[in-house]
Amino acid sequence: MPAEAFHEWLRQEGRIVIVGASLAGLRAAETLRAEGFAGSLTMIGDEPHEPYDRPPLSKAVLLGKASPDHTELPRRRDIDATWRLGVAAAGLDMAARRVRLADGEEVPYDRLLIATGVHSRPWPKEEEAQLDGVFVLRTRDDAVRLHRRMKGPPRRVLVIGAGFTGSEIASACRDQGIAVTVAERADAPLVGALGGVIGAVAAELHRENGVDLRTGIMVTGLEGDTTGRVRVAHLSDGSSVETDVVVVSLGASRNTGWLAGSGLGAGPRGIACDAGCRAFDFRGIVTDDIYVAGDVARSPHPLFGYQFLSLEHWGNAVAQAEVAAHNMISAGADRRPHMWVPAFWSSQFGVNIKSVGVPSMGEEVMITQGSLTERRFVGVYGYQGRVIAAVSFDNTRWLEFYQRLIETGAPFPVEFPTVDRRPEGRKPVPADFPDPSLPTHGPTVTLSGYSPADRQLVFTPARH
Amino acid sequence: MRLVVDLNKCQGYAQCAFLAPGVFTMHGEESLVYNPRPGAEQREKVARAVAACPVQAITAEGLPGTGEELVGAGRGASDAR
Repeated sequence: MPAEAFHEWLRQEGRIVIVGASLAGLRAAETLRAEGFAGSLTMIGDEPHEPYDRPPLSKAVLLGKASPDHTELPRRRDIDATWRLGVAAAGLDMAARRVRLADGEEVPYDRLLIATGVHSRPWPKEEEAQLDGVFVLRTRDDAVRLHRRMKGPPRRVLVIGAGFTGSEIASACRDQGIAVTVAERADAPLVGALGGVIGAVAAELHRENGVDLRTGIMVTGLEGDTTGRVRVAHLSDGSSVETDVVVVSLGASRNTGWLAGSGLGAGPRGIACDAGCRAFDFRGIVTDDIYVAGDVARSPHPLFGYQFLSLEHWGNAVAQAEVAAHNMISAGADRRPHMWVPAFWSSQFGVNIKSVGVPSMGEEVMITQGSLTERRFVGVYGYQGRVIAAVSFDNTRWLEFYQRLIETGAPFPVEFPTVDRRPEGRKPVPADFPDPSLPTHGPTVTLSGYSPADRQLVFTPARH
Repeated sequence: MRLVVDLNKCQGYAQCAFLAPGVFTMHGEESLVYNPRPGAEQREKVARAVAACPVQAITAEGLPGTGEELVGAGRGASDAR
């Protein structure tokens, strides 16, 4: 069948299966229908819930301003899909074009979209992770459990890992007057995502808000009482923390385990795809019937040296899903690349933190607006003489300007005489990111290489 | 009624917090906290907030007169036909 005719048939009668019923999966389904896809649509999700929004779970929900049961995503339109919720995908037969479900059923497809996202990394010692009072926070069910326990209220919460989620949890605890200790392996919070210079500001935020912040330290073990409730955490400096609630915030792993042995280019760092969201197989050959979107996807971005980026960003999930859906039912020249400029936000201790670009690629950072001491500023990151990213603390409206600088490859250090650059002067300083070969907690952007020698993707430190 | 705010777009203008204070509140200078499932009695206020958002960051479902049409945010990257 010629391509034109095939795509016409696909639009009218094709079978599209979307694995992953969260933000990316839902927005992709809506886009398919909006663009006239009239065939059958199946949504597969391992959670029993219809698609819901996650960012509030560590913010508004923990602050008691929203119910964990009530964050379902608004629908843009009716998607007329067959929903298979509460059953995980368990395997993929690329040759036969079938997805195998955990209950043994098989679902055939003409086009498949994988949007399985990530799961939080559990506490590595299984027995300790089972203790009553030890939580992770990723899903709605996690949030319901944690929320319930926070209403106790606990005597002290221990947060392990000071990435964005960990910091937001600590912030919510303090907001409600709950004592909280944060243990972070790096020298400051948010170091993996924003570097040590900005991390130092985050550390001040924690301490000024009464968080017992312990940095450069690891939790070596959790101990329960006779009833199996967590009681104390032991730290690598020999000290210990009495606690009745532990939240493990050690970042996330991509949900690709179900693809093992499928032949798809999938591994712990995600699923490699081209700029049009078409997945690669393990040989690096692009498929044309399997697409990926959202946190689980890794795609090359020309603005960032064609590095494969995997982004745990809300906006990326939406934009990538829309591109993937469009491309799934479009022929060659009508397809579009996914070229979203990475952007994320966090809200903690009453401060609005936003970022555009890829800060973790930055070698140097320069404060171009405001000042670090006021905690109201814009920091610009430079990479090989270019502006590569910017972060703002309570200075959101400037970010669009910096996004344009990133998109146009503007020179770094920035040369314009900014309107209000103050104490930090005009000199960039080293951004102070940790050695990329050592995993840090909760980075929101992962840069990695691809090794065809292995059937899996492996982490290859690829910095400069 | 369900709603979501695209906080990438949100620039903290706080129009929504003025127009529908029971649904949207500012936390600190710039951060927005909102109730993603406000009651039906808030419908009119939410509709006003959606319309007033300078960056069209609010997507709401179940507002009057919207039918299958999108409200506010989200269409940017998709040139749906």
